[in-house]
Amino acid sequence: MSMTERYDVIVVGGGHAGTEAAAAAARMGAATLLLTHKVETIGEMSCNPAIGGLAKGHLVREVDALDGIMGRAIDRGGIQFRMLNRSKGPAVRGPRAQADRKLYRQAVQDLLAETANLTIAAGAVEDLELDVGGQVTAVLTGDGRRIACGAVVLTTGTFLRGMIHCGEVQTPAGRVGEAPALGLSQTLGRVGLALGRLKTGTPARLDGRTIDWEGLESQPGDEPPLPFSYLTAAITQPQVACGVTYTSAAVHDIIRANLHRAPMYSGQIQSIGPRYCPSIEDKVVRFGDRDRHQIFLEPEGYDDPTVYPNGISTSLPEDVQRQMIALIPGLEKAVMIRPGYAIEYDFVDPRELRPSLEVRKVPGLFLAGQINGTTGYEEAAGQGLIAGLNAARLVSGSPAWTPDRADGYLGVMIDDLVTLGTQEPYRMFTSRAEYRLLLRADNADLRLTGRGIELGCVGSTRAAAFGEKKALLDAGRARLQALALTPRELNDRGLKVNQDGVRRTGMDLLGYPEVDMARLRSLWPELADLRPDVAEQLEIEGHYAGYLARQEADIRAFRRDEALALPDDLDYATVGSLSAEIRLKLAQARPATLGAAARIPGVTPAAITALLGHVKRSQRDEVVAEAG
Amino acid sequence: MTPDTIFAPATAPGRAGVAIVRISGPQADAALSALTAGAPLPAPRRAGRVKVCDGDGEPVDDGLVLRFPGPASFTGEDVVELHLHGSRAVLDAVMALLAAQEGLRVAEPGEFTRRAFENGKMDLTQAEALADLIDAETAAQRRQALRQMDGALARLIEDWRGRLVKALGHFEAFIDFPDEDLPPEAEGAIWGAVEALVAEMTAHLDDGRRGERLRDGFHIAIIGPPNAGKSSLLNALARREAAIVSDIAGTTRDVVDVHLDLGGYAVVLADTAGLRDAAEAIESEGIRRARARAEQADLRLAVFDGVTWPQLDAHTLSLVDDATLVVVNKADLATVPDDPVVAGRAGLALSVRSGQGMERLLARLGEEVGARLAGGSGAPALTRERHRRALTECVDALRRARAAALPELAGEDLRLAARALGRITGRVEVDELLDVIFRDFCIGK
Repeated sequence: MSMTERYDVIVVGGGHAGTEAAAAAARMGAATLLLTHKVETIGEMSCNPAIGGLAKGHLVREVDALDGIMGRAIDRGGIQFRMLNRSKGPAVRGPRAQADRKLYRQAVQDLLAETANLTIAAGAVEDLELDVGGQVTAVLTGDGRRIACGAVVLTTGTFLRGMIHCGEVQTPAGRVGEAPALGLSQTLGRVGLALGRLKTGTPARLDGRTIDWEGLESQPGDEPPLPFSYLTAAITQPQVACGVTYTSAAVHDIIRANLHRAPMYSGQIQSIGPRYCPSIEDKVVRFGDRDRHQIFLEPEGYDDPTVYPNGISTSLPEDVQRQMIALIPGLEKAVMIRPGYAIEYDFVDPRELRPSLEVRKVPGLFLAGQINGTTGYEEAAGQGLIAGLNAARLVSGSPAWTPDRADGYLGVMIDDLVTLGTQEPYRMFTSRAEYRLLLRADNADLRLTGRGIELGCVGSTRAAAFGEKKALLDAGRARLQALALTPRELNDRGLKVNQDGVRRTGMDLLGYPEVDMARLRSLWPELADLRPDVAEQLEIEGHYAGYLARQEADIRAFRRDEALALPDDLDYATVGSLSAEIRLKLAQARPATLGAAARIPGVTPAAITALLGHVKRSQRDEVVAEAG
Repeated sequence: MTPDTIFAPATAPGRAGVAIVRISGPQADAALSALTAGAPLPAPRRAGRVKVCDGDGEPVDDGLVLRFPGPASFTGEDVVELHLHGSRAVLDAVMALLAAQEGLRVAEPGEFTRRAFENGKMDLTQAEALADLIDAETAAQRRQALRQMDGALARLIEDWRGRLVKALGHFEAFIDFPDEDLPPEAEGAIWGAVEALVAEMTAHLDDGRRGERLRDGFHIAIIGPPNAGKSSLLNALARREAAIVSDIAGTTRDVVDVHLDLGGYAVVLADTAGLRDAAEAIESEGIRRARARAEQADLRLAVFDGVTWPQLDAHTLSLVDDATLVVVNKADLATVPDDPVVAGRAGLALSVRSGQGMERLLARLGEEVGARLAGGSGAPALTRERHRRALTECVDALRRARAAALPELAGEDLRLAARALGRITGRVEVDELLDVIFRDFCIGK
């Protein structure tokens, strides 16, 4: 690289946020550079070897719908695929897969290598160069290079003041033996970004060859395995099973006896850990009446003996961890490859960000992933994609685009983050989505791919596949609406409906709980030629029709409030009749729209009315000023 | 910038012994100092004597002052109350002096209450109750408003809301955490809780709109054949001391409304056109309205002509039901038993002209109204149509949830139920649900 090198977008970090950001910016046509410490660890799964689950699986499908790489990568690297909540309806089903770490990493690297406009290089970013207006102009690397750029996406995970706790032992996190990126921390500090501190943990890793699998429950994958990506026709690699075991009263006794040595209880850690991922010591303390806790034994790869014991994350000292593990059925002789630990790190209060994920105080700087207070590969990937896309749009002079809460979980997550901030590592749940029946894993492409094509972040292969599916779906829907039978005819065919003389179309009939596509085909055999994914989509649409109609009315009302943008520089002090508390909350969150303002807890309907009045008045004044 | 400091008279305009001017906002103390030529401020919540002067030091009035530093005040802000002499001139002068101060302005109607609401000093039901208390005309209205202001209704709704949030949280846990070792019995408990909520809310909705009727007035329609003495009865009731006429509204010729305070309850008494087979169009319209009014009324007072006893008007008889009190008038002109039984119901004989039986009628009316408004359970009443609508919506959604074919559809209706209930006092936040989930279940695969 020469001294005059320049890129449109530079992405710092090669994790799940960084890879999606780099790929998205490049797909958008921006000359993109991905800078990371070690090129060979790009796509590394640093915690548990799994992708997806409820809500997280939905995020992966949305990333895929916008032509991101995570869905295709897990389809290539997955070794056990399961659709969660299969017994429930499609809106709350979530795909999940165990990955072979190595295969997954390789798949990510292969997909990036195929991406045009993308350069990948090793390098430690030490600092950012800002111009007098605070705008990012270049990154400065540890080996003294200055690389000019139009925008930077920072996806550096837990690097900000990371601290690992394993019992009484504390080690500064990551980059052991390397000089920490002090300049970057200082620059972020200098521009006055609000920082918070979080904690997360991981369990010990075990040698699977030393686990006694014989007596343990086994959890197999689905047959046939369902892929994540809309572009994957079928999963061909063989599937492995996970094991299930449990802690016991004896394990709990060991934990209780050593609680004073656990950093969370000795006072060594004070930051907030996630409620949904408590350490085993937390579980034992808070749910003292439970005599056992479930542990999933997840293999990390076909030819990798490492096993991830999901459910017993801990920061107890190493010797206590050994005693604990030796008491767990099936793990009596298990060898611990490395102990579990807790990690504390700083994050940037995401209320510092615009919905595009650009830092409000530093034009051209985007943040994505754990640095924004989230946890999970899928949450990181989703933010990475949106940040990369918007970095490219900024450079090309286009306005930012972010999906809203009715477009997808991506929109829910980003709105939650930039409007409400977070108190614990933010993870996606389906209960966070107001429009859960609409935001399904099965229709992410229908919700987002068309928009992605317009934005230019969807490649030609996917665009063609989507166009074909959309056409088949529209034709199929038209056919189902044209086919109709009278109540009497239906009755003769064994389907009881109200004898009201009103003909029922195929679509209408799918709204009856007992009618599925197989039943429709028995009425109209010619429907046998519907492509399976199209038939399934129509079945789901018909099934939820009544509820979706109501949800769509809600969405129209929601979008009316979203359409009312609040100026970025709105001075809340000049808005009359707001209490000091509400004023502070609004100034902190700087909600992008009136709707977002209303979602901030404690902001009353009266305050929203005042805000609406103020904005309308200022708009009128501006018009008058311009006319004058 | 901080909020404006607002001020307004807190007492009704006009000549009076005392008039109170209230000031609220960050400059309340400064405003007081300016009015009192910098005299030392009295201690909080202690009455102090002050001499109010104008800018030239000219005395305006001699009064009392009370200071309530925020947040321990009505609005949550610094509040100053000036107790002045209730003269038009004094009040005008003080208002003008305050208005001349920088950063002070006259409060808009309801603005003090609104600030109290915004500063978290009261919830929506309490704010409504305050408005009702100020408007209360009868003892029962006052009691109900005070009770609601005290938060009785809010507590009831909060209790329901807490239980609903818990059920919803548990329900969501089963959706969001399928791989977790959740206690299976918790799933059954969700529906037990929903069942109990539906039962309690329904019972509350079945209170005969007690709270609203108490607040808005209990409607009694006087019905009967022409010339049975309906209008005379209305006039007689209106003139009785036990029934204080407060206002005569009713602009329509056919239905005349009289507002009464009957034993502490607000009652709207309506006289309607006589019921018969009408000969011409206008009268027939009047009769149609009379019937409609009779149907809407909370209680019907059926007046029969005693002269024809025991023959009674068939049109009126057809309207007698459980919510009808029967009287047979003109008892002085005919031989009507003291306790006539009409259409199977115990009635009263009376003579509006002689006054015979009027005391008994008043007593019976008081009993009837009281029985329908007093509410046996003692639970706080729903005082507004808004509460009733939201609660009805909540119950409907809970019922749908119970019948839903798929868990996510049940979940959808449980969420709608929570949202409806939240409209009475405040929203249900997602974080609240997550709190319930992670408090009650050990999640953490």
